[in-house]
Amino acid sequence: MWKIIVRRLLIMIPQVFLLSILVFLMAKAMPGDALTGMLDPNIDPAAIEAMRERLGLNDPWHIQYWNWISNAVQGDLGQSFNFKMPVTELIGQRMMNTLWLSLATLILTYLIAIPLGILSGRFNDTWGDRLITGYTYIGFAAPLFIVALVMLWMFGFYFSWFPTGGSVSPGAVPGSFSYVLDKIYHLLLPALSIALITTVGTVQYLRNEIIDTKQKDFILTARAKGASESRVYNRHILRNSLLPIAAFFGYELTGLIGGTIFVESIFSYPGMGQLFLGSIVIRDFTVVTAIVLLYGIATIIGSLLSDIILSIVDPRIRIK
Amino acid sequence: MALLEVKDLQVHFPIRGGLFSRQVGEVKAVDRVNLAIEAGQTYGLVGESGSGKTTTGRAIIGLNQITGGSILFEGADLASKGARKQNNVRRDVQMIFQDPYSSLNPKKRVLDIIAEPLRNFEKLSPQEEMRKAQELLEQVGLSADNVLKYPHEFSGGQRQRIGIARAIALKPKLIIADEPVSALDVSVQAQVLNFLRDIQKELNLTYLFISHDLGIIRHMCDRIGIMYKGRHVEEGTPEDIFDNPRHIYTKRLIAAIPDIDPLQREVRNVFRRSVSEEYDNAYRSHFDQDGLAYPLRSISDTHMVAMPEKG
Amino acid sequence: MSEDLLRIENLTTSFRIADHYYAAVDDVTLTVKKNEILAIVGESGSGKSALAFSIMGLHTKARIEGKVNYKGQDIVQMSPGMLNKVRGKEMSMIFQDPLAALNPLMIIGSQIDEVLLLHDTGLSKKQRKEKVLDLLTKVGIPRPEHTYHQYPYELSGGMRQRVIIAIAIANGPQLLLADEPTTALDVTIQLQILELIKKLKEDMQAGIILITHDLGVVSEMADRVAVMYAGQIVEIADIYTLTSNPQHPYTRSLFNSIPTVKEVKSRLHVIQGIVPSLKNLPRTGCRFAGRTPWIDASAHEENPQLHEIAPGHFVRCTCYRHFHFPDSTEEVGTDGIA
Repeated sequence: MWKIIVRRLLIMIPQVFLLSILVFLMAKAMPGDALTGMLDPNIDPAAIEAMRERLGLNDPWHIQYWNWISNAVQGDLGQSFNFKMPVTELIGQRMMNTLWLSLATLILTYLIAIPLGILSGRFNDTWGDRLITGYTYIGFAAPLFIVALVMLWMFGFYFSWFPTGGSVSPGAVPGSFSYVLDKIYHLLLPALSIALITTVGTVQYLRNEIIDTKQKDFILTARAKGASESRVYNRHILRNSLLPIAAFFGYELTGLIGGTIFVESIFSYPGMGQLFLGSIVIRDFTVVTAIVLLYGIATIIGSLLSDIILSIVDPRIRIK
Repeated sequence: MALLEVKDLQVHFPIRGGLFSRQVGEVKAVDRVNLAIEAGQTYGLVGESGSGKTTTGRAIIGLNQITGGSILFEGADLASKGARKQNNVRRDVQMIFQDPYSSLNPKKRVLDIIAEPLRNFEKLSPQEEMRKAQELLEQVGLSADNVLKYPHEFSGGQRQRIGIARAIALKPKLIIADEPVSALDVSVQAQVLNFLRDIQKELNLTYLFISHDLGIIRHMCDRIGIMYKGRHVEEGTPEDIFDNPRHIYTKRLIAAIPDIDPLQREVRNVFRRSVSEEYDNAYRSHFDQDGLAYPLRSISDTHMVAMPEKG
Repeated sequence: MSEDLLRIENLTTSFRIADHYYAAVDDVTLTVKKNEILAIVGESGSGKSALAFSIMGLHTKARIEGKVNYKGQDIVQMSPGMLNKVRGKEMSMIFQDPLAALNPLMIIGSQIDEVLLLHDTGLSKKQRKEKVLDLLTKVGIPRPEHTYHQYPYELSGGMRQRVIIAIAIANGPQLLLADEPTTALDVTIQLQILELIKKLKEDMQAGIILITHDLGVVSEMADRVAVMYAGQIVEIADIYTLTSNPQHPYTRSLFNSIPTVKEVKSRLHVIQGIVPSLKNLPRTGCRFAGRTPWIDASAHEENPQLHEIAPGHFVRCTCYRHFHFPDSTEEVGTDGIA
């Protein structure tokens, strides 16, 4: 198993390298550079040119890339033009918020998917199953930002059960128990909005896995042993059906990134997604580049996690 | 001259392992196999799973890469580059597969399945193509109006006949049949076997017949080769193999065949015990230190056994 | 002979296809005695596997009528809880495909242990492990301690089938159902497995129902044989009578259609037509009549019954008296699809 994990980690290195080059070249391809919008038009173009030279903006692209990536590795992703602060610092606060939102969403996703998938798979072609598959079809069809808006309007404004913005109430003291509760309170509605939509893929996947496993020969063996129906389900069908769900985890994470970008903006939740959209609008390219890079790395780590989980739970992969 | 002559055929598969999936070894699936088939004859290749019989067949038709040796078809070496590109080889050697359920594309009509080889090699008008497909269907004993149906509308035996129709569409000289009836019920099996013999006579076909079922092999073949772990252990006429087996592996294989006569049970048990004893006692003189068979040596005009130099 | 272990009376198992029930097992009556191997022979679609599943109560969506009397209790009428006390303890089953029949994610040891755990054997965890190792030794697995911790995909086909047999015999069952136990195996491995089954039968004095399409396996193993065609039993006899003096046209045709190593036939007999599907089965008259069109219709009974033509030898329908093979066995070219 260690071999698989080490090999998988080694594969990650060229992946991240390629990703960073792509992100860098994309940033370069965007019109303008760090000095275009920053400076007073009255300054002498020659002075700007000198500044370009000094900042290395006239160097060949691979040298610029090397400077950028070696700084990035040391934690320096450049300066935000808009906020006039280091990008690392700017993202740092928001990344924690987004991580909490993602974690909450993941928990909710599985809390919804596993019971619904199991019910639907075990009692397939009953009314309950039809209801659940009906929900998954709606989930596939409905755009996330519409659902999020409806949720915000209904539970935030109409019923006023949840806050409609921010990640914590003003005046809460960091570190206290009520501060944590308040954070969770702010998380719930956006997290639920994403989870309701992203979970449908997992529900259907689990349902199909269970229906498939039910018809396997080893289920007959279990029944022939005299195992009760509940034991057949718990020991044989569920275990074997949940395994591929682990492999789905990576995709789940990718879906999450897309989800948070929209939902953070709609709920004015101060996370990376909101920052990302905001920075695109005002052309704050250093921030955009940094966030794209981070999202890319998150996706790569997601698929790494999937593979590792799968290699731990599936003996056929673990031993080879 | 033999129609097909396989000389020292080797097919090795790499074993990969380690951190970077480097090749750490190889499986010698086919390890210096020799065989020759005369035109119009049937050569039976027998062995248990892992014996290399299927790999041999697939290597001859070009589905497995050859590691070494030569395959002479009408004198031309198929192992050399370019030989297979010549159209006549690809037309003249066809294959019938084991599973009639998965070897026919379910989304294609019978017409398209049978006409596919024709389309590759002959430029026929749609009318000619249709007529040819209908002729072929009738030749394999199916009614010509089945030509627009899909594979799922047919039973296992009928599907296998469609597979045969496809194989004979180009009037091949050699057909490689890999377990062509093992997925079929006994009564359907009889039908397909009879039919394979009929078209053999009619079209002067040569068969390489691969099977694990010794009853079928005896019924179908003029010459039989027994394989074990990628090598031949014995080769001869059906009489040589079944009435006078010389290698202990062949003896054990034949002794294991279920007997249709229950009155012989006791006799069989005694016989099997003696074969099993002989196997244990004579193992060292029949296999080398790696547990592999020795090269074949002639013991009569027709009969060859894998034995060490002296013995 | 000894008393009946299992008595199947008028068992009919029907499956639902679009609002109608069709009988796959049609009015089957059979007995199995202690220490006896009863073979059930037939081709696909004959209902032989459906019969075995009915005896084990493994059908989840079938309608089952009639009685399956095991030691005075009717299995058909049993509650799921009662049935689970019988399955795996009193009667157990060996399946055709040993790889598919084992849970790919459980080690061999746990899969055998489960059947001990399920039936209150009063053994401690340690004792159960010893018992599992004993069982592995008994079915001829060379390194039981090693195999205990292996997964199914790490074993060869023959070894997997031995594991399946170990599960089946763990609680010393009285009745063993073997559904094509050697079809997926090579011929030398097949012999080993068949000999193992025979030996275990002697040890446990159990009754065995052996389901197979292979007449060679039947001749090697069976004491009595029931031949099934289209859901019905068409002939029952002891093995010696059935092989030396088969009567029903279907039985005779089957024997003539297999190639053997002993007797080289110039042509194999071909049974005309195809086995009708469950939906299109003729429900009245002789079900085999359509496949012997050269036999006069008057030879068949209107409502074919099993006739005892000699003690213990039953044949369905009267057509056996008039049956002969057609002069020429040339049939290729007659079966377009209906």
